[in-house]
Amino acid sequence: MRPFRYERADEVSAAVTTLVREPEAAYLAGGTNLVDLMRLEVMTPEVLIDVRRLTSDRIEELPDGGLRIGAAVTGSDLAADLRVRRRYPVLSQALLSGASGQLRNLATTGGNLLQRTRCPYFQNVTTPCNKRAPGSGCSALEGYQRDMAILGASPACVATHPSDMAVALAALDAVVTVAGPDAERRIPLTELHRLPDTTPERDTVLERGELITGVELPPPHGAARSRYRKVRDRASYAFALVSVAVALEVADGSVRDVRIALGGVAHKPWRAATAEAVLRGAPATRESFMDAAAAELSAARPLPGNAFKVPLARNTMVSTLLELLEEAR
Amino acid sequence: MDLEIELRVDGTEHRLTVDTRTTLLDALRERLGNTSPKKGCDHGQCGACTLLLGGRRILGCLALAVAHQGADIVTSAGLADGELHPLQRSFIAHDAFQCGYCTPGQIVSAAGMLREAREGWPSAVSKDPGAVDVVLDDEEIAERMSGNLCRCAAYANIVPAIAEVAHR
Ligand SMILES: Cc1cc2nc3c(=O)[nH]c(=O)nc-3n(C[C@H](O)[C@H](O)[C@H](O)COP(=O)(O)OP(=O)(O)OC[C@H]3O[C@@H](n4cnc5c(N)ncnc54)[C@H](O)[C@@H]3O)c2cc1C
Ligand code: SF4
Ligand code: FES
Ligand code: FES
Repeated sequence: MRPFRYERADEVSAAVTTLVREPEAAYLAGGTNLVDLMRLEVMTPEVLIDVRRLTSDRIEELPDGGLRIGAAVTGSDLAADLRVRRRYPVLSQALLSGASGQLRNLATTGGNLLQRTRCPYFQNVTTPCNKRAPGSGCSALEGYQRDMAILGASPACVATHPSDMAVALAALDAVVTVAGPDAERRIPLTELHRLPDTTPERDTVLERGELITGVELPPPHGAARSRYRKVRDRASYAFALVSVAVALEVADGSVRDVRIALGGVAHKPWRAATAEAVLRGAPATRESFMDAAAAELSAARPLPGNAFKVPLARNTMVSTLLELLEEAR
Repeated sequence: MDLEIELRVDGTEHRLTVDTRTTLLDALRERLGNTSPKKGCDHGQCGACTLLLGGRRILGCLALAVAHQGADIVTSAGLADGELHPLQRSFIAHDAFQCGYCTPGQIVSAAGMLREAREGWPSAVSKDPGAVDVVLDDEEIAERMSGNLCRCAAYANIVPAIAEVAHR
Protein backbone atom coordinates (compact mmCIF):
# COMPACT_ATOMS: atom_id res chain seq x y z
CA MET A 1 0.00 0.00 0.00
CA ARG A 2 1.23 3.50 -0.86
CA PRO A 3 1.71 5.97 2.02
CA PHE A 4 -1.13 8.41 2.63
CA ARG A 5 -2.23 11.14 4.99
CA TYR A 6 -5.29 10.52 7.16
CA GLU A 7 -7.63 13.38 8.04
CA ARG A 8 -11.01 13.87 9.61
CA ALA A 9 -13.13 16.77 8.49
CA ASP A 10 -15.37 18.56 10.98
CA GLU A 11 -17.69 19.95 8.34
CA VAL A 12 -19.07 18.73 5.05
CA SER A 13 -17.92 21.89 3.26
CA ALA A 14 -14.33 21.38 4.48
CA ALA A 15 -14.30 17.79 3.26
CA VAL A 16 -15.68 18.78 -0.14
CA THR A 17 -13.13 21.59 -0.46
CA THR A 18 -10.24 19.26 0.33
CA LEU A 19 -11.39 16.78 -2.28
CA VAL A 20 -11.78 19.44 -4.95
CA ARG A 21 -8.39 20.97 -4.12
CA GLU A 22 -6.38 17.76 -3.80
CA PRO A 23 -6.73 15.56 -6.88
CA GLU A 24 -5.27 12.58 -5.06
CA ALA A 25 -7.64 12.70 -2.07
CA ALA A 26 -10.46 10.20 -1.44
CA TYR A 27 -13.29 9.78 1.07
CA LEU A 28 -13.05 6.88 3.51
CA ALA A 29 -16.13 5.33 5.13
CA GLY A 30 -16.09 1.72 6.43
CA GLY A 31 -13.01 1.02 4.30
CA THR A 32 -14.15 -2.48 3.34
CA ASN A 33 -13.75 -1.77 -0.37
CA LEU A 34 -11.31 1.13 -0.43
CA VAL A 35 -8.68 -0.38 1.93
CA ASP A 36 -8.71 -3.58 -0.11
CA LEU A 37 -8.26 -1.66 -3.39
CA MET A 38 -5.46 0.41 -1.83
CA ARG A 39 -3.68 -2.75 -0.76
CA LEU A 40 -3.97 -4.00 -4.36
CA GLU A 41 -2.74 -0.54 -5.49
CA VAL A 42 -5.77 -0.25 -7.76
CA MET A 43 -6.50 2.95 -5.89
CA THR A 44 -3.61 5.07 -4.65
CA PRO A 45 -4.96 8.12 -2.80
CA GLU A 46 -2.44 10.37 -1.05
CA VAL A 47 -5.00 11.70 1.41
CA LEU A 48 -7.94 9.92 3.05
CA ILE A 49 -10.76 12.05 4.42
CA ASP A 50 -12.69 10.00 6.97
CA VAL A 51 -16.36 10.88 6.48
CA ARG A 52 -18.03 8.41 8.84
CA ARG A 53 -18.67 10.97 11.57
CA LEU A 54 -19.45 13.67 9.03
CA THR A 55 -22.64 12.13 7.69
CA SER A 56 -25.60 10.87 9.73
CA ASP A 57 -25.71 7.35 11.12
CA ARG A 58 -29.45 7.55 11.80
CA ILE A 59 -32.60 6.41 10.01
CA GLU A 60 -35.33 9.01 10.30
CA GLU A 61 -39.02 9.26 9.40
CA LEU A 62 -39.86 11.68 6.61
CA PRO A 63 -43.10 13.72 6.79
CA ASP A 64 -44.51 11.90 3.74
CA GLY A 65 -44.20 8.48 5.39
CA GLY A 66 -40.86 7.61 3.80
CA LEU A 67 -37.48 7.15 5.49
CA ARG A 68 -34.21 9.03 5.32
CA ILE A 69 -31.08 6.90 5.72
CA GLY A 70 -27.87 8.72 6.69
CA ALA A 71 -24.84 7.86 4.55
CA ALA A 72 -22.98 6.50 7.59
CA VAL A 73 -25.72 4.01 8.56
CA THR A 74 -24.13 0.56 8.48
CA GLY A 75 -25.51 -2.28 6.41
CA SER A 76 -26.35 -4.25 9.53
CA ASP A 77 -28.21 -1.39 11.23
CA LEU A 78 -30.20 -0.72 8.07
CA ALA A 79 -31.07 -4.39 7.55
CA ALA A 80 -32.13 -4.79 11.20
CA ASP A 81 -34.27 -1.64 11.40
CA LEU A 82 -37.85 -2.75 12.07
CA ARG A 83 -39.36 -0.02 9.89
CA VAL A 84 -37.21 -1.15 6.97
CA ARG A 85 -37.99 -4.83 7.61
CA ARG A 86 -41.74 -4.23 7.72
CA ARG A 87 -42.18 -1.52 5.07
CA TYR A 88 -39.35 -2.33 2.65
CA PRO A 89 -38.52 -6.04 3.17
CA VAL A 90 -36.76 -6.14 -0.21
CA LEU A 91 -34.12 -3.72 1.11
CA SER A 92 -33.44 -5.65 4.29
CA GLN A 93 -33.22 -8.91 2.32
CA ALA A 94 -30.85 -7.40 -0.25
CA LEU A 95 -28.49 -6.15 2.45
CA LEU A 96 -28.56 -9.45 4.32
CA SER A 97 -27.76 -11.39 1.16
CA GLY A 98 -24.59 -9.33 0.64
CA ALA A 99 -21.11 -9.79 2.12
CA SER A 100 -20.94 -11.19 5.71
CA GLY A 101 -22.01 -10.20 9.22
CA GLN A 102 -18.56 -8.77 9.95
CA LEU A 103 -18.46 -6.74 6.72
CA ARG A 104 -21.99 -5.39 7.16
CA ASN A 105 -21.02 -4.08 10.61
CA LEU A 106 -18.33 -1.89 8.98
CA ALA A 107 -19.82 -1.09 5.58
CA THR A 108 -21.86 2.09 5.22
CA THR A 109 -24.76 3.08 2.98
CA GLY A 110 -22.67 5.67 1.11
CA GLY A 111 -19.73 3.31 0.63
CA ASN A 112 -21.97 0.50 -0.53
CA LEU A 113 -23.36 2.65 -3.37
CA LEU A 114 -19.87 3.64 -4.49
CA GLN A 115 -18.12 0.28 -4.19
CA ARG A 116 -16.15 -0.57 -7.34
CA THR A 117 -16.70 -3.50 -9.66
CA ARG A 118 -15.36 -6.94 -8.71
CA CYS A 119 -14.10 -7.54 -12.28
CA PRO A 120 -10.87 -9.54 -11.70
CA TYR A 121 -8.96 -7.48 -14.29
CA PHE A 122 -9.96 -4.23 -12.63
CA GLN A 123 -8.51 -5.61 -9.39
CA ASN A 124 -5.27 -6.82 -11.00
CA VAL A 125 -2.92 -3.98 -11.92
CA THR A 126 -0.89 -6.20 -14.25
CA THR A 127 -3.74 -6.65 -16.76
CA PRO A 128 -5.25 -4.15 -19.24
CA CYS A 129 -8.48 -2.56 -18.04
CA ASN A 130 -10.19 0.54 -19.43
CA LYS A 131 -11.91 1.28 -16.14
CA ARG A 132 -8.65 1.34 -14.16
CA ALA A 133 -6.34 2.59 -16.90
CA PRO A 134 -8.39 4.30 -19.64
CA GLY A 135 -7.30 3.29 -23.14
CA SER A 136 -5.42 0.14 -22.04
CA GLY A 137 -8.13 -2.22 -23.34
CA CYS A 138 -10.66 -4.56 -21.79
CA SER A 139 -9.24 -7.93 -20.74
CA ALA A 140 -12.67 -9.42 -20.14
CA LEU A 141 -13.61 -9.36 -23.84
CA GLU A 142 -11.24 -12.28 -24.42
CA GLY A 143 -11.12 -13.55 -20.85
CA TYR A 144 -13.19 -14.48 -17.81
CA GLN A 145 -16.80 -13.53 -18.48
CA ARG A 146 -18.92 -15.33 -15.89
CA ASP A 147 -19.56 -12.21 -13.79
CA MET A 148 -19.88 -9.78 -16.71
CA ALA A 149 -22.81 -7.75 -18.00
CA ILE A 150 -25.50 -8.84 -20.47
CA LEU A 151 -27.33 -5.50 -20.65
CA GLY A 152 -26.08 -2.00 -21.44
CA ALA A 153 -22.40 -2.95 -21.83
CA SER A 154 -20.04 -1.39 -24.38
CA PRO A 155 -16.92 -2.59 -26.23
CA ALA A 156 -14.93 -0.52 -23.72
CA CYS A 157 -16.18 -2.33 -20.60
CA VAL A 158 -18.50 -5.21 -19.74
CA ALA A 159 -18.20 -5.03 -15.94
CA THR A 160 -21.14 -5.28 -13.52
CA HIS A 161 -21.97 -3.22 -10.46
CA PRO A 162 -21.65 -5.48 -7.43
CA SER A 163 -24.05 -3.93 -4.89
CA ASP A 164 -27.13 -5.83 -3.75
CA MET A 165 -28.47 -2.90 -1.71
CA ALA A 166 -28.48 -0.62 -4.76
CA VAL A 167 -30.67 -3.06 -6.70
CA ALA A 168 -33.35 -2.94 -3.99
CA LEU A 169 -33.03 0.85 -3.81
CA ALA A 170 -33.48 1.07 -7.60
CA ALA A 171 -36.75 -0.87 -7.37
CA LEU A 172 -37.92 1.34 -4.48
CA ASP A 173 -37.42 4.62 -6.38
CA ALA A 174 -34.93 5.83 -3.76
CA VAL A 175 -33.28 9.24 -4.09
CA VAL A 176 -29.64 9.94 -3.19
CA THR A 177 -28.81 13.28 -1.54
CA VAL A 178 -25.43 14.74 -2.37
CA ALA A 179 -23.43 17.69 -1.05
CA GLY A 180 -21.12 19.32 -3.58
CA PRO A 181 -18.87 22.35 -4.06
CA ASP A 182 -21.85 24.46 -5.10
CA ALA A 183 -25.08 23.14 -3.67
CA GLU A 184 -26.91 20.08 -2.49
CA ARG A 185 -28.58 18.00 -5.13
CA ARG A 186 -30.92 15.04 -5.28
CA ILE A 187 -30.26 12.20 -7.70
CA PRO A 188 -32.74 9.37 -8.34
CA LEU A 189 -30.88 6.17 -7.52
CA THR A 190 -31.52 4.83 -11.01
CA GLU A 191 -29.58 7.80 -12.41
CA LEU A 192 -26.64 7.70 -9.96
CA HIS A 193 -24.69 4.95 -11.75
CA ARG A 194 -23.76 5.20 -15.45
CA LEU A 195 -23.49 2.80 -18.32
CA PRO A 196 -19.86 2.41 -19.45
CA ASP A 197 -20.16 3.78 -22.99
CA THR A 198 -16.68 5.09 -23.95
CA THR A 199 -15.79 6.30 -20.44
CA PRO A 200 -15.95 3.28 -18.12
CA GLU A 201 -13.58 4.98 -15.68
CA ARG A 202 -16.61 6.91 -14.44
CA ASP A 203 -18.92 4.66 -12.42
CA THR A 204 -21.41 7.38 -11.48
CA VAL A 205 -22.62 10.85 -12.42
CA LEU A 206 -21.04 12.34 -9.27
CA GLU A 207 -18.66 15.22 -9.81
CA ARG A 208 -15.28 15.42 -8.12
CA GLY A 209 -15.73 16.16 -4.42
CA GLU A 210 -19.42 15.35 -4.22
CA LEU A 211 -20.27 13.64 -0.94
CA ILE A 212 -23.26 11.33 -0.49
CA THR A 213 -25.12 12.52 2.61
CA GLY A 214 -28.01 10.08 2.60
CA VAL A 215 -30.67 8.10 0.78
CA GLU A 216 -34.39 8.84 0.89
CA LEU A 217 -37.08 6.20 0.47
CA PRO A 218 -40.52 7.28 -0.73
CA PRO A 219 -43.48 5.89 1.24
CA PRO A 220 -44.04 2.18 0.52
CA HIS A 221 -46.51 1.61 -2.33
CA GLY A 222 -49.99 0.60 -1.17
CA ALA A 223 -50.38 -3.13 -0.83
CA ALA A 224 -47.16 -3.91 -2.64
CA ARG A 225 -45.21 -6.91 -1.43
CA SER A 226 -41.53 -6.94 -2.08
CA ARG A 227 -38.75 -9.49 -2.20
CA TYR A 228 -35.06 -9.87 -3.12
CA ARG A 229 -33.81 -13.03 -4.74
CA LYS A 230 -30.07 -13.58 -5.32
CA VAL A 231 -28.52 -16.40 -7.35
CA ARG A 232 -24.81 -17.10 -6.88
CA ASP A 233 -22.11 -19.74 -7.08
CA ARG A 234 -22.31 -20.65 -3.38
CA ALA A 235 -25.13 -20.47 -0.86
CA SER A 236 -23.82 -17.41 0.99
CA TYR A 237 -20.97 -14.86 1.08
CA ALA A 238 -20.64 -14.48 -2.69
CA PHE A 239 -21.54 -11.79 -5.19
CA ALA A 240 -24.62 -12.21 -7.38
CA LEU A 241 -24.57 -13.89 -10.76
CA VAL A 242 -28.08 -12.53 -11.12
CA SER A 243 -30.37 -10.93 -8.57
CA VAL A 244 -33.90 -9.57 -8.71
CA ALA A 245 -35.70 -7.02 -6.55
CA VAL A 246 -39.46 -7.01 -7.05
CA ALA A 247 -42.37 -5.10 -5.54
CA LEU A 248 -45.77 -6.36 -6.77
CA GLU A 249 -49.29 -5.15 -6.19
CA VAL A 250 -52.14 -7.29 -7.50
CA ALA A 251 -55.83 -6.37 -7.54
CA ASP A 252 -58.68 -8.48 -8.97
CA GLY A 253 -56.26 -10.81 -10.68
CA SER A 254 -54.42 -8.02 -12.49
CA VAL A 255 -51.10 -6.33 -11.90
CA ARG A 256 -51.93 -2.93 -10.44
CA ASP A 257 -48.33 -1.89 -9.87
CA VAL A 258 -44.95 -3.53 -10.23
CA ARG A 259 -41.34 -2.50 -9.81
CA ILE A 260 -38.48 -4.70 -10.88
CA ALA A 261 -34.71 -4.18 -10.76
CA LEU A 262 -31.96 -6.61 -11.72
CA GLY A 263 -28.47 -7.02 -10.27
CA GLY A 264 -25.40 -8.75 -11.68
CA VAL A 265 -26.44 -8.01 -15.25
CA ALA A 266 -25.19 -4.48 -15.97
CA HIS A 267 -22.77 -1.67 -15.11
CA LYS A 268 -25.53 -0.26 -12.91
CA PRO A 269 -28.53 -1.56 -10.98
CA TRP A 270 -30.87 -2.34 -13.89
CA ARG A 271 -34.42 -1.06 -13.52
CA ALA A 272 -36.54 -3.35 -15.71
CA ALA A 273 -38.80 -0.63 -17.11
CA THR A 274 -39.74 -2.64 -20.22
CA ALA A 275 -40.93 -5.60 -18.15
CA GLU A 276 -42.85 -3.26 -15.85
CA ALA A 277 -44.65 -1.63 -18.79
CA VAL A 278 -45.68 -5.04 -20.15
CA LEU A 279 -47.02 -6.06 -16.75
CA ARG A 280 -48.95 -3.00 -15.61
CA GLY A 281 -52.63 -3.78 -16.04
CA ALA A 282 -51.94 -7.29 -17.43
CA PRO A 283 -53.42 -10.43 -15.86
CA ALA A 284 -51.23 -11.61 -12.96
CA THR A 285 -50.30 -14.96 -14.48
CA ARG A 286 -47.20 -16.96 -15.30
CA GLU A 287 -47.73 -16.16 -18.99
CA SER A 288 -47.64 -12.40 -18.37
CA PHE A 289 -44.55 -12.79 -16.20
CA MET A 290 -42.82 -14.82 -18.93
CA ASP A 291 -43.76 -12.23 -21.58
CA ALA A 292 -42.48 -9.38 -19.42
CA ALA A 293 -39.16 -11.08 -18.66
CA ALA A 294 -38.68 -11.97 -22.33
CA ALA A 295 -39.41 -8.37 -23.38
CA GLU A 296 -36.84 -7.02 -20.91
CA LEU A 297 -34.18 -9.50 -21.95
CA SER A 298 -34.69 -9.05 -25.69
CA ALA A 299 -32.10 -6.28 -25.32
CA ALA A 300 -29.55 -8.66 -23.77
CA ARG A 301 -26.23 -9.04 -25.62
CA PRO A 302 -24.40 -11.78 -23.71
CA LEU A 303 -20.78 -12.79 -24.19
CA PRO A 304 -19.85 -16.41 -24.91
CA GLY A 305 -18.91 -16.88 -21.24
CA ASN A 306 -22.09 -15.53 -19.69
CA ALA A 307 -24.94 -16.49 -22.06
CA PHE A 308 -26.38 -18.56 -19.19
CA LYS A 309 -27.32 -15.31 -17.47
CA VAL A 310 -30.14 -14.62 -19.95
CA PRO A 311 -32.28 -17.65 -19.00
CA LEU A 312 -31.10 -17.31 -15.39
CA ALA A 313 -32.34 -13.72 -15.21
CA ARG A 314 -35.59 -14.64 -16.96
CA ASN A 315 -36.33 -17.57 -14.64
CA THR A 316 -35.35 -15.66 -11.50
CA MET A 317 -37.66 -12.80 -12.47
CA VAL A 318 -40.58 -15.12 -13.23
CA SER A 319 -40.20 -17.26 -10.13
CA THR A 320 -39.88 -14.25 -7.81
CA LEU A 321 -43.02 -12.69 -9.32
CA LEU A 322 -44.85 -16.00 -8.90
CA GLU A 323 -43.77 -16.25 -5.25
CA LEU A 324 -45.11 -12.78 -4.51
CA LEU A 325 -48.34 -13.57 -6.38
CA GLU A 326 -48.75 -16.73 -4.31
CA GLU A 327 -48.27 -14.74 -1.09
CA ALA A 328 -50.82 -12.14 -2.14
CA ARG A 329 -53.51 -14.82 -2.47
CA MET B 1 2.57 9.42 7.87
CA ASP B 2 2.62 8.39 11.56
CA LEU B 3 -0.17 9.07 14.02
CA GLU B 4 -0.46 8.41 17.73
CA ILE B 5 -3.56 6.43 18.67
CA GLU B 6 -5.10 4.78 21.70
CA LEU B 7 -6.63 1.33 21.64
CA ARG B 8 -8.21 -0.72 24.40
CA VAL B 9 -7.48 -4.37 23.66
CA ASP B 10 -8.89 -7.17 25.82
CA GLY B 11 -9.31 -4.70 28.68
CA THR B 12 -5.83 -3.13 28.55
CA GLU B 13 -5.23 0.45 27.35
CA HIS B 14 -2.44 0.98 24.83
CA ARG B 15 -1.00 4.13 23.34
CA LEU B 16 1.03 3.60 20.19
CA THR B 17 2.30 5.40 17.11
CA VAL B 18 1.34 3.77 13.82
CA ASP B 19 1.88 4.36 10.13
CA THR B 20 -1.52 5.31 8.66
CA ARG B 21 -1.40 2.14 6.54
CA THR B 22 -1.57 -0.11 9.62
CA THR B 23 -4.77 -2.13 9.96
CA LEU B 24 -6.25 -3.07 13.33
CA LEU B 25 -5.13 -6.64 12.60
CA ASP B 26 -1.51 -5.61 12.05
CA ALA B 27 -1.54 -3.23 15.02
CA LEU B 28 -2.65 -6.09 17.27
CA ARG B 29 -0.38 -8.78 15.86
CA GLU B 30 2.76 -6.86 14.93
CA ARG B 31 2.73 -4.01 17.43
CA LEU B 32 0.93 -5.30 20.52
CA GLY B 33 1.94 -8.96 20.27
CA ASN B 34 -1.67 -10.19 20.35
CA THR B 35 -1.61 -13.02 17.80
CA SER B 36 -5.05 -14.35 18.67
CA PRO B 37 -6.64 -12.87 15.51
CA LYS B 38 -5.15 -14.48 12.39
CA LYS B 39 -4.32 -13.20 8.93
CA GLY B 40 -5.87 -15.60 6.41
CA CYS B 41 -6.42 -13.59 3.25
CA ASP B 42 -5.96 -9.88 4.15
CA HIS B 43 -8.85 -9.11 1.72
CA GLY B 44 -11.99 -9.54 3.80
CA GLN B 45 -12.73 -12.96 2.37
CA CYS B 46 -12.10 -15.45 5.19
CA GLY B 47 -13.00 -14.09 8.65
CA ALA B 48 -9.82 -15.31 10.38
CA CYS B 49 -9.13 -11.74 11.56
CA THR B 50 -12.56 -11.24 13.20
CA LEU B 51 -12.55 -8.90 16.22
CA LEU B 52 -15.22 -7.39 18.42
CA LEU B 53 -15.18 -3.61 18.02
CA GLY B 54 -17.41 -1.95 20.60
CA GLY B 55 -19.12 -5.35 20.94
CA ARG B 56 -19.75 -5.85 17.22
CA ARG B 57 -17.86 -8.32 15.06
CA ILE B 58 -15.77 -6.78 12.31
CA LEU B 59 -12.78 -7.70 10.11
CA GLY B 60 -9.44 -6.43 11.44
CA CYS B 61 -7.77 -6.70 8.03
CA LEU B 62 -9.97 -4.04 6.37
CA ALA B 63 -10.16 -1.59 9.29
CA LEU B 64 -7.46 1.08 9.43
CA ALA B 65 -6.19 1.57 12.99
CA VAL B 66 -6.16 5.38 12.62
CA ALA B 67 -9.86 5.30 11.70
CA HIS B 68 -10.67 3.54 14.98
CA GLN B 69 -8.86 5.68 17.53
CA GLY B 70 -9.96 4.94 21.09
CA ALA B 71 -11.70 1.73 20.01
CA ASP B 72 -12.57 -1.01 22.50
CA ILE B 73 -11.44 -4.28 20.95
CA VAL B 74 -11.91 -7.86 22.14
CA THR B 75 -10.11 -10.85 20.65
CA SER B 76 -10.70 -14.54 21.29
CA ALA B 77 -7.92 -14.43 23.89
CA GLY B 78 -9.82 -11.67 25.69
CA LEU B 79 -13.09 -13.62 25.71
CA ALA B 80 -11.46 -16.05 28.15
CA ASP B 81 -11.85 -14.37 31.51
CA GLY B 82 -9.75 -16.45 33.88
CA GLU B 83 -11.48 -19.52 32.55
CA LEU B 84 -12.42 -20.47 29.00
CA HIS B 85 -15.45 -18.81 27.40
CA PRO B 86 -18.47 -21.14 26.93
CA LEU B 87 -17.92 -21.01 23.15
CA GLN B 88 -14.28 -22.02 23.58
CA ARG B 89 -15.27 -24.94 25.80
CA SER B 90 -17.95 -25.98 23.34
CA PHE B 91 -15.53 -25.89 20.38
CA ILE B 92 -13.21 -28.22 22.32
CA ALA B 93 -16.06 -30.53 23.38
CA HIS B 94 -17.32 -30.78 19.78
CA ASP B 95 -13.90 -31.10 18.15
CA ALA B 96 -14.84 -28.05 16.07
CA PHE B 97 -11.41 -27.56 14.47
CA GLN B 98 -8.48 -29.42 12.96
CA CYS B 99 -5.52 -27.08 12.36
CA GLY B 100 -7.11 -24.36 14.51
CA TYR B 101 -6.09 -21.43 12.32
CA CYS B 102 -9.62 -20.17 11.72
CA THR B 103 -10.76 -20.94 15.28
CA PRO B 104 -10.16 -17.62 17.11
CA GLY B 105 -12.01 -15.85 14.29
CA GLN B 106 -14.84 -18.41 14.40
CA ILE B 107 -15.22 -17.98 18.16
CA VAL B 108 -15.18 -14.17 18.15
CA SER B 109 -17.59 -14.18 15.20
CA ALA B 110 -19.92 -16.60 17.02
CA ALA B 111 -19.86 -14.36 20.12
CA GLY B 112 -20.82 -11.35 18.00
CA MET B 113 -23.41 -13.38 16.11
CA LEU B 114 -25.12 -14.59 19.31
CA ARG B 115 -25.46 -11.00 20.45
CA GLU B 116 -26.94 -9.97 17.08
CA ALA B 117 -29.48 -12.80 17.36
CA ARG B 118 -30.38 -11.75 20.94
CA GLU B 119 -31.05 -8.26 19.59
CA GLY B 120 -33.43 -9.76 17.03
CA TRP B 121 -31.39 -9.11 13.89
CA PRO B 122 -32.69 -11.11 10.92
CA SER B 123 -30.54 -13.05 8.45
CA ALA B 124 -30.87 -13.87 4.75
CA VAL B 125 -32.57 -17.19 5.62
CA SER B 126 -35.03 -15.77 8.18
CA LYS B 127 -38.52 -16.64 6.96
CA ASP B 128 -40.30 -13.54 8.27
CA PRO B 129 -38.20 -10.37 7.97
CA GLY B 130 -40.52 -8.58 10.41
CA ALA B 131 -40.24 -11.15 13.23
CA VAL B 132 -38.32 -10.00 16.29
CA ASP B 133 -37.55 -13.40 17.82
CA VAL B 134 -34.68 -15.26 16.22
CA VAL B 135 -34.63 -19.05 16.41
CA LEU B 136 -31.07 -20.17 15.77
CA ASP B 137 -31.53 -23.46 13.94
CA ASP B 138 -28.63 -24.98 12.02
CA GLU B 139 -29.55 -23.17 8.79
CA GLU B 140 -29.56 -19.82 10.60
CA ILE B 141 -26.23 -20.53 12.29
CA ALA B 142 -24.58 -21.58 9.01
CA GLU B 143 -25.86 -18.45 7.21
CA ARG B 144 -24.88 -16.08 10.02
CA MET B 145 -21.41 -17.68 10.23
CA SER B 146 -20.83 -17.72 6.46
CA GLY B 147 -18.21 -14.97 6.75
CA ASN B 148 -15.88 -17.42 8.51
CA LEU B 149 -14.27 -19.96 6.21
CA CYS B 150 -12.60 -23.11 7.52
CA ARG B 151 -10.03 -24.62 5.20
CA CYS B 152 -10.20 -27.88 7.17
CA ALA B 153 -13.98 -27.90 6.65
CA ALA B 154 -14.78 -28.48 10.31
CA TYR B 155 -18.22 -26.93 9.67
CA ALA B 156 -20.02 -30.14 10.61
CA ASN B 157 -18.73 -29.69 14.17
CA ILE B 158 -18.62 -25.87 14.30
CA VAL B 159 -22.40 -25.55 13.81
CA PRO B 160 -23.27 -27.96 16.68
CA ALA B 161 -20.62 -26.31 18.92
CA ILE B 162 -22.29 -22.93 18.44
CA ALA B 163 -25.81 -24.39 18.61
CA GLU B 164 -25.10 -25.84 22.04
CA VAL B 165 -24.17 -22.42 23.43
CA ALA B 166 -27.01 -20.70 21.55
CA HIS B 167 -29.64 -23.04 22.99
CA ARG B 168 -28.51 -22.74 26.60
C1 LIG C 1 -15.33 -10.43 0.70
C2 LIG C 1 -16.36 -9.40 0.38
C3 LIG C 1 -17.61 -9.80 -0.06
C4 LIG C 1 -18.58 -8.86 -0.36
N1 LIG C 1 -19.80 -9.28 -0.81
C5 LIG C 1 -20.74 -8.37 -1.16
C6 LIG C 1 -21.99 -8.76 -1.68
O1 LIG C 1 -22.28 -9.95 -1.81
N2 LIG C 1 -22.88 -7.80 -2.03
C7 LIG C 1 -22.60 -6.48 -1.90
O2 LIG C 1 -23.45 -5.65 -2.22
N3 LIG C 1 -21.42 -6.07 -1.43
C8 LIG C 1 -20.49 -6.98 -1.06
N4 LIG C 1 -19.27 -6.57 -0.60
C9 LIG C 1 -18.93 -5.16 -0.70
C10 LIG C 1 -19.33 -4.32 0.47
O3 LIG C 1 -20.74 -4.21 0.50
C11 LIG C 1 -18.69 -2.95 0.28
O4 LIG C 1 -17.30 -3.11 0.43
C12 LIG C 1 -19.17 -1.93 1.25
O5 LIG C 1 -20.56 -1.74 1.15
C13 LIG C 1 -18.46 -0.60 1.07
O6 LIG C 1 -18.84 0.28 2.10
P1 LIG C 1 -17.72 1.02 2.99
O7 LIG C 1 -18.44 1.94 3.91
O8 LIG C 1 -16.81 0.05 3.62
O9 LIG C 1 -16.99 1.85 1.84
P2 LIG C 1 -15.48 2.31 1.64
O10 LIG C 1 -14.64 1.14 1.29
O11 LIG C 1 -15.05 3.16 2.78
O12 LIG C 1 -15.68 3.25 0.37
C14 LIG C 1 -16.06 2.75 -0.90
C15 LIG C 1 -16.02 3.91 -1.90
O13 LIG C 1 -17.05 4.85 -1.62
C16 LIG C 1 -16.50 6.15 -1.42
N5 LIG C 1 -17.33 6.76 -0.38
C17 LIG C 1 -17.64 6.20 0.84
N6 LIG C 1 -18.55 6.97 1.48
C18 LIG C 1 -18.83 8.03 0.68
C19 LIG C 1 -19.71 9.16 0.77
N7 LIG C 1 -20.50 9.37 1.83
N8 LIG C 1 -19.75 10.04 -0.27
C20 LIG C 1 -18.97 9.86 -1.37
N9 LIG C 1 -18.11 8.82 -1.50
C21 LIG C 1 -18.05 7.90 -0.50
C22 LIG C 1 -15.06 5.93 -1.06
O14 LIG C 1 -14.26 7.03 -1.45
C23 LIG C 1 -14.72 4.69 -1.86
O15 LIG C 1 -14.39 5.02 -3.19
C24 LIG C 1 -18.28 -7.49 -0.24
C25 LIG C 1 -17.04 -7.08 0.22
C26 LIG C 1 -16.07 -8.01 0.52
C27 LIG C 1 -14.72 -7.56 0.99
S1 SF4 D 1 -14.88 -5.33 -18.00
FE1 SF4 D 1 -14.45 -3.18 -17.43
S2 SF4 D 1 -13.49 -3.42 -15.45
FE2 SF4 D 1 -13.31 -5.43 -16.41
S3 SF4 D 1 -11.38 -5.44 -17.60
FE3 SF4 D 1 -12.95 -4.70 -19.00
S4 SF4 D 1 -12.77 -2.47 -18.76
FE4 SF4 D 1 -11.82 -3.33 -16.94
S1 FES E 1 -7.67 -11.94 7.01
FE1 FES E 1 -9.35 -10.60 7.27
S2 FES E 1 -10.94 -11.64 6.25
FE2 FES E 1 -9.23 -12.90 5.81
S1 FES F 1 -9.64 -25.65 11.62
FE1 FES F 1 -8.21 -25.46 10.01
S2 FES F 1 -9.01 -23.76 8.93
FE2 FES F 1 -10.58 -24.17 10.33
